[in-house]
Amino acid sequence: MARAVSIRRKSITTAAAWALGLMMFFPILWIAILSLKTEGDAIRAPIEVLSSVWTFESFGAVQERSDYLKHFTNSVVISFGSTFLGLLIAVPAAWAMAFVPGKRTKDVLMWMLSTKMLPPVGVLVPIYLIFRDAELLDTRIGLVFVLMMINLPIIIWMLYTYFREIPGEILEAARMDGASLREEVFFVLMPMAIPGMASTVLLNVILAWNEAFWTLNLTAADAAPLTAFIASYSSPEGLFYAKLSAASIMAIAPILIMGWFSQKQLVRGLTFGAVK
Amino acid sequence: MATQHSRAAARLMISPAVLLLLCWMLIPLGLTIYFSFLRFNLIMPSGNEMVIGVFGHGLRVPGPEDFSGWENFYWFVTDPSFQAAIINTLVLVGGVLFITVIGGTLFALLLDQPMWGQGIVRILVIAPFFVMPTVSGLVWKNMFMNPVNGIFAHLAIGLGLEPFDFFSQAPLASIIWIVSWQWLPFATLILLTALQSLDQEQLEAAEMDGANWINRFFFVMLPHLARAITVVILIQTIFLLSIFAEILVTTNGGPGTATTNLTYLIYVSSLLQFDVGMGSAGGVIAIILANIVAIFLMRMIGKNLDA
Repeated sequence: MARAVSIRRKSITTAAAWALGLMMFFPILWIAILSLKTEGDAIRAPIEVLSSVWTFESFGAVQERSDYLKHFTNSVVISFGSTFLGLLIAVPAAWAMAFVPGKRTKDVLMWMLSTKMLPPVGVLVPIYLIFRDAELLDTRIGLVFVLMMINLPIIIWMLYTYFREIPGEILEAARMDGASLREEVFFVLMPMAIPGMASTVLLNVILAWNEAFWTLNLTAADAAPLTAFIASYSSPEGLFYAKLSAASIMAIAPILIMGWFSQKQLVRGLTFGAVK
Repeated sequence: MATQHSRAAARLMISPAVLLLLCWMLIPLGLTIYFSFLRFNLIMPSGNEMVIGVFGHGLRVPGPEDFSGWENFYWFVTDPSFQAAIINTLVLVGGVLFITVIGGTLFALLLDQPMWGQGIVRILVIAPFFVMPTVSGLVWKNMFMNPVNGIFAHLAIGLGLEPFDFFSQAPLASIIWIVSWQWLPFATLILLTALQSLDQEQLEAAEMDGANWINRFFFVMLPHLARAITVVILIQTIFLLSIFAEILVTTNGGPGTATTNLTYLIYVSSLLQFDVGMGSAGGVIAIILANIVAIFLMRMIGKNLDA
């Protein structure tokens, strides 16, 4: 890092990188702009779009047209529900594997990971039929369960890698100081484990929020989260650019913000520790 | 260190996760394999239904009387749309991998340079990864690639050119473009992380030995990145084999079968044509294909676990 870099060179890389960043971000920026326009203006040429009037009417229209809030609530319930349910099952498992590793711990971990490699479409039909006959189609509880199952391997893996970084000696020290098992867990381990758990929650909420295979195939009107709600715009009636933009911006904004906080965890969570 | 007692407790703590994943894997997988050997159409029941108990409700499926041997596999594989789907899947996965690996490497190299506002640029570049697939599909299709109202059409008219109808002239390429936009940030982020762990002194040493930037890239950086690139390729392949939402909201697999990949074809035959037997045969084939990739990926991750 100590190498001196000429101002000229730094200026050039800065310009190039900013151009690149704005190019990648442009589609998102553009729908943010279109969402603040009237339908008539939204389909005009870019320069005319920019100079036309600004309005919030599309946001209201989206809510009226198809009860946006209901789908937003569905997304929140499904993504947070599946993540917390997954955490409930994953924490003990990851904990045990990290602190009491046995001979077969590695095999168990690898096997769990292998379930994630199963292509969803390979089990679409049986899951669909089970859901149909158990009357779980288009219910939030059904989706919470499915999304929990597909993210469970990632949750366990992430937690395992975080827990493994907690030094075992600290537990022994606490024990020598006379801490009970309960005290050990609550006062020594929990504070050290919470950052890792928070990162795990963050990444898995993002993944569940954007999941679009099961949500599209297993929901209709009632339990549809935002992914499926947005898909209903693929068969347009009349002018809809501004409304589609407004709905899209509202659907991606919360997760965009969460995502920016989770860049590091993203690498860890999605590569299963293979890249650090 | 670990006592008998704590071992038993550990086993108890792992068992819910193991049991759930085992059920999640074995029950649907077993059923898919079973269905793939049956004559099973949802709107033409054969009358031989039997009930398998699930959740106290019971799952109605055809009994063994409807066994049809390898028929489903035969018809699925010999259908012209299967060959189209396999080719489309390969082109889609290959195209996106090509763009994201090369683009991601270049992006990562650029972002690794000293600059002003690096944090903000990084945020801008990564953003598309967090956009849900249905949004990116519809936004690109309508706001950008639409031949009348899209930005590209407006630009073409402004330059005095004929607007290009992306989804009827080059449907698969358009989808490759959209998916690449979503996955470029992922490749960039991982390769950037890997690049930042490169020992700066190594680069400086190479520079002092007279290596120019081309040599530094090919003989110092690229070998260091090789592992990360492999991981990017393998993980993306797993996800790209299952591309679905982007196709559903933009082309519905068309025109004809021009954008039907294997995932979409299975969806069509089982949930739109109600031919569960055929769809399941396709599902078995998809599982086998994904497993071939998975084996390599698992080996890499497993090696890392030992280290």
